[in-house]
Amino acid sequence: MTDVTFGYDRRRPVLRGINMTIPRGKVVAIMGGSGCGKTTMLRLIGGQLRQQTGKVLVDGQPVKELSRDGLYALRRRIGMLFQFGALFTDMTVYENVAFPMREHTDLDETLIRDLVLMKLNAVGLRGAAQLRPAELSGGMARRVALARAIALDPMLVMYDEPFAGLDPISLGVVGQLIRTLNDALGITSVVVTHDVYESLKIVDYLYFVSEGRIISQGTPEDVRKSTDPFVRQFVDGAPDGPVPFHYPARPYADELAVRAL
Amino acid sequence: MPSSSLARGVRRIGAGTIRAVSRAGFAARFFLLVLRHSPSAFHRLQLTAREIYFAGVLSLVVIMVSGLFVGMVLGLQGYDALNKYGAGDSLGIFVGLSLVRELGPVVAGLLFASRAGSAITAEIGLMKTTEQLSAMEMMAVDPLARIVAPRFWGGVIAMPLLAALFSVMGVFGAYLVGVRLIGVDNGTFWGNMQAGIGFWPDVTNGIIKSIVFGIAVSLIAVFEGYDANPTAEGVSAATTRTVVGGSLAILALDFVLTVFMFRGLGSG
Repeated sequence: MTDVTFGYDRRRPVLRGINMTIPRGKVVAIMGGSGCGKTTMLRLIGGQLRQQTGKVLVDGQPVKELSRDGLYALRRRIGMLFQFGALFTDMTVYENVAFPMREHTDLDETLIRDLVLMKLNAVGLRGAAQLRPAELSGGMARRVALARAIALDPMLVMYDEPFAGLDPISLGVVGQLIRTLNDALGITSVVVTHDVYESLKIVDYLYFVSEGRIISQGTPEDVRKSTDPFVRQFVDGAPDGPVPFHYPARPYADELAVRAL
Repeated sequence: MPSSSLARGVRRIGAGTIRAVSRAGFAARFFLLVLRHSPSAFHRLQLTAREIYFAGVLSLVVIMVSGLFVGMVLGLQGYDALNKYGAGDSLGIFVGLSLVRELGPVVAGLLFASRAGSAITAEIGLMKTTEQLSAMEMMAVDPLARIVAPRFWGGVIAMPLLAALFSVMGVFGAYLVGVRLIGVDNGTFWGNMQAGIGFWPDVTNGIIKSIVFGIAVSLIAVFEGYDANPTAEGVSAATTRTVVGGSLAILALDFVLTVFMFRGLGSG
């Protein structure tokens, strides 16, 4: 991303002058508080949104300038894991993972079956193939969505809050899967999250975003040693700091109509 | 200040008008996009067949039971009114024309909007809320082709069949009341109906009406679902808009179609 600016409303930009590079084969985390524009970056990379200024290049291709067919061809090489999995609720786990293969390939059903079972085995859920999404726990749903995201052996996988709402065991499992699949399949991973502890264990590089700007970046080691107030507040989980506890408001005394005696 | 409240009122009307016109434009563009993606709905017939099952087969009970009761009431009310003028034997043609021309398409359409239309909107709206549509887009699968077009055509195909079944059950209900209960002559009941109802214009116009209602309700249902705010409240509001908008569209279109279809009949 080079000098990317984006806003749903032109008067209030969500992203301002974002510069970011995601090297091949690496796991990169984009971190920041809720509503700081992290997910918007993923949508710009996937071409679901188009930036107002700047450039977004994926594998050398300018996403904004791609035609519909070009964009769809690019998306076939990108996997995405949504915050709560976004599994198709009218399909079984098996059908969910088979969906991209059936849509985009002419493989026969026997081969699709083998591939689906391999993908499910990779996330440890081969035995859940015939379950419905409603029968899965949050962590299992996330793992099925991950199996679906890698169904077509993508070059890039984007994870939108993959750790949100998971118990510690599921969280560790999903974290390890992101790292292992990235290395085993030779893909590139972008993880949008606000889970510092888990991210520092698995990622190669981190970007910190606040109010639409990148305010810090570095390797996990850099982040641990950082003295940047925002990074410290984020890593230490302090309630107040550069990200204030209070939403901007009129002075408290004015609001309560308190007068000096 | 009266002038400022007047200005506020004018602004509100202006903003509402702009919103309504822009939404109508979006709906028209959406309709064209659905038509553009329709070949895929027919190319993969199993998707459309599934939607015909959900919109049509699962609506059978409400349509058939309603048709039966509407027919029975028509039989009772119609015989009472006609008999005052010594025309009780015309019950067959009265019931047949009422059902084939008006009640079949209109009441079946209203029921279709409530049962199938609301279900389609809620389903698509929830898919949007749970990011299933976004996930599909990111998998390079167009939701308009995979989700919207099959549901639209499933509704369009199911609606005339449901209206026909409604009319059949209505005629049967009127037969039960008129012939079996009141004692209208069996031969007269059916004979008058056969002689008085033509395939053209009566049956054909009824079919045309039900197809137009099917297009209107299905379009409103898929559009409201696709355009729903991705929240529980948004899906609920969209479902309500489908039922209200679909019902009003049926009644308005019915009047317009009736004016064009039957305007020459009175003068002859």
